[in-house]
Amino acid sequence: MGRKLLLEHINVPGINTLEVYRQKGGYRAVEKALKTLTPDEVVEEVKKSGLRGRGGAGFPTGMKWSFLAKPEGVARYLVCNADESEPGTFKDRYLMTYIPHALIEGMIVASFALGAKTSYIYVRGEMMPQIRILEKAIAEAKAAGFLGKNILGTGYDLELYVQLGGGAYICGEETALLESLEGKRGNPRIKPPFPAIAGLYGCPTVVNNVESIAAVVPIINDGGDEYAKVGIGRSTGTKLISASGNLVKPGVYEIELGLPVEEFIYSDEYCGGIANGKRLKATVAGGSSVPILPANLTLKYANGEPRLMSYESLSEGGFATGTMMGSGGFIAFDEDQCIVRNTWNFARFYHHESCGQCSPCREGTGWLEKILHRIEYGHGKMSDIELLWDVQRKIEGNTICPLGDAAAWPVASAIRHFRDEFEWHVKEPVKSLSSNYGIANYAVPIEKKVEEVKQDNI
Amino acid sequence: MADLMKVTIDGITVEVALGTTILNAARQIGGDIVPPAMCYYSKLEGSGGKCRTCIVKVSKGSEKDPRPMPKLVASCRTTVMDGMEVQNITSPEVLEARSGVVEMLLINHPLDCPVCDQAGECDLQNLGYENGLQRTRYEFERRTFERIDIGDKIQLHMNRCILCYRCVFVADQITNKRVHGILNRGDHSEISTYIQAAVDNDFSGNVIDVCPVGALTDKTFRFKNRVWFTKPVDAHRDCNHEKCNGKVTLWYKGADVLRVTARKDQFGEVEEFICNECRFEKKATADWTIENPTQISDTSVISSNHYETFRPLPVIKENLALQEANKVELEKTSKF
Amino acid sequence: MLKVEETQPVEFSSVLLANFDEIVSRYPEGKQKSALLPILHLVQAEFGWTSPLAMDKVAEYLNIEPIEVYEVASFYSMYFLQPKGKYVLEVCRTGPCCLVGAEKIMDHIESKLGVKEGEVTEDGLFSWRGVECLAACGYAPVLQIGPEYTFYENLTEQSVDQLIDDLRKK
Repeated sequence: MGRKLLLEHINVPGINTLEVYRQKGGYRAVEKALKTLTPDEVVEEVKKSGLRGRGGAGFPTGMKWSFLAKPEGVARYLVCNADESEPGTFKDRYLMTYIPHALIEGMIVASFALGAKTSYIYVRGEMMPQIRILEKAIAEAKAAGFLGKNILGTGYDLELYVQLGGGAYICGEETALLESLEGKRGNPRIKPPFPAIAGLYGCPTVVNNVESIAAVVPIINDGGDEYAKVGIGRSTGTKLISASGNLVKPGVYEIELGLPVEEFIYSDEYCGGIANGKRLKATVAGGSSVPILPANLTLKYANGEPRLMSYESLSEGGFATGTMMGSGGFIAFDEDQCIVRNTWNFARFYHHESCGQCSPCREGTGWLEKILHRIEYGHGKMSDIELLWDVQRKIEGNTICPLGDAAAWPVASAIRHFRDEFEWHVKEPVKSLSSNYGIANYAVPIEKKVEEVKQDNI
Repeated sequence: MADLMKVTIDGITVEVALGTTILNAARQIGGDIVPPAMCYYSKLEGSGGKCRTCIVKVSKGSEKDPRPMPKLVASCRTTVMDGMEVQNITSPEVLEARSGVVEMLLINHPLDCPVCDQAGECDLQNLGYENGLQRTRYEFERRTFERIDIGDKIQLHMNRCILCYRCVFVADQITNKRVHGILNRGDHSEISTYIQAAVDNDFSGNVIDVCPVGALTDKTFRFKNRVWFTKPVDAHRDCNHEKCNGKVTLWYKGADVLRVTARKDQFGEVEEFICNECRFEKKATADWTIENPTQISDTSVISSNHYETFRPLPVIKENLALQEANKVELEKTSKF
Repeated sequence: MLKVEETQPVEFSSVLLANFDEIVSRYPEGKQKSALLPILHLVQAEFGWTSPLAMDKVAEYLNIEPIEVYEVASFYSMYFLQPKGKYVLEVCRTGPCCLVGAEKIMDHIESKLGVKEGEVTEDGLFSWRGVECLAACGYAPVLQIGPEYTFYENLTEQSVDQLIDDLRKK
């Protein structure tokens, strides 16, 4: 059994209530931070922990906090990004549903560290049940003296509010989220300035993912050094993985970073293998934006070494043979799934969610979707594959925010690894409507390459 | 001075004030190295960054931190650092990315230049001419919208719009009330008033001048003439409006003033915004004090009919018969 | 069609206005526009859709221009700018849900209700539409029903039939 830092007590009945949560050691981190540490010491612990942002970008949280500008007499804000909308990711929903106080405790400690007097949790509007749960939990925490004026008699004041989104994936981008929180359209801002200098209402602001905030609790309880001992290399701690698709046991799992991908997919402790006795064809390891990999490259590097669930290992090989950790949305495709159809589906998603502010993304995402639709429905041409490649390349890197990249990468990786299947769709327009290309050689195990020992000529 | 930043763009070095953007530094140098800008407008705060046509490559971040920037950046919203080196037209990567942006801007554009009043003074036309492909690779139906009147003097052709947001900034910053805005999301976004509402304000006509394409056009000039057949003349009048100084360009066809616009600088931006009375109501020469012919760039199609002088071939100069045959043309030459 | 005409007067009850006031109090002075999204959710829950008249009233309440409300309401996918059925079945149609049969569920709903995506059943009770990822991929296929956005997970044709029948009886 891997170590559990966030979900240790998830199965305790009533853990969603303040009472049970406290019985299990909850709110110790608030007491410890507010009573025994200075804000800078809290930031220092988070830096030592090596915690990296769990929302997708993987930027070190402690470093993000230390960038926050602290001009005299200007309010500072902490905003929690709970606009979870990346296809394949549902860990934040899980955490907020079953153990809401972990997020609230983390928010209090993080707000204290950053010197915020008002903090917001921006939750996507569709998560109304979770909004109700959080509002209830905030009321409980306030009644118990963990929020409001003079928390635990330490003189620190904090108000915590839940803010509703209106249904827009783009609001997961931190500056779009801030725009939305200001009651505007969710158009990402042009950076610089970064939120750490001018964020919410033009004030210095930190935006963190739900899981990042919740991870602050074990970091303060056990110390940053202890947290850094869990995991592997620069991927410290544990990570919530949302597993979906054709798995025996889809769901949210807390893993110690460094777990072999093969163990995660096939062991009974985690996903329990591929559903209905089928074989694995491909995976998207970190949410729909990250490159899709065929089964063989999912399990092993191009040189045959086993791939692990960590930031570094998942991206080993770059985009040529690797992928990314992203937000930890692990989607498994069985042998009967069609990669072209799925790529079209994702392209439709990004087309639908593009804010329309900058031209390459506004126009390009729709173009990608239309070409993919044509190929999927039997009207494609061989030249469409080259066209797709060129259009995604014209979008990538040329947009205001990362949504352009997120729309381009799935298309690029699908063509890179599954070009045969695209070509088959073009060559067999009728057959491809009623049957699938199948697993082909996508799961052929990669042999471990014996490294040649080079001897220096003396 | 410590506040001056040295920046090199396509090999040309210039010193600019702290906080200057790459685009404005390039404009100080002038010429071919100025990146095209479809959404940035120096008179409108917050504009820019959206169209991505002005992207450039920063090959050296600054003297202090010489690392190149990882991605191409929007030059209109990136401020220069001391010692920065920028590549615009000297970078094939930039030119390729820019032509990609132009292609994106055009895939849903109706390309109805033959019937568009903006043709001849259209930023998108110029951009496509300089950076575009010769043919389209887009084989799908183009996005269409209904043509609507926003107010009695302004027509909106949403099909042509590239969503630069300039007209929204004008309404926010130049007029006292905004009734139009960007509705919907993604490639369904449109400029609209949502419910039937007239854009009615003393300065609303300026949205026509800032529009880089033919999306917002002057109904009083609609289909009156092609701009390259009209002759622009700078003029002024004593305008009663407190915020308007009455300096305009009159566009003549023969003796008639076909339209009135604000004066534009070499980057196509208006020098000073004008009121609707000057723009729509004063269309008689008697209303104005004429200054002189408007300076038009010799690369503009507008100049081709008025300012290009007949340059007689040497052979004509020496041959009386040919001189006689080209009499009218030669008279024109001497007039200029 | 739902019997909400655009000309139907929109009056905000005192309870609703008290809720608005509470939401506005969450933001610093002068930043009341932040309350726009939450207030529009309350308005939609009350009236079934986000009508132009209601948006004008919201603009008046928040002391902003009506176009600012229209811009926002039309940007986000959760605000219905047209009247909808009493129950709007919103089925997730994104990748992971489609891997386990979301498309079949949508086909089934269409034939069961007898209306196309976005339309309203004759009795005014139901509409349905495909929506993008609802962040519940592990429990796919899923659908949600507003205004409380109750989730229905691991859908099958039978469970969808059951759900629709239950809602009809309500």
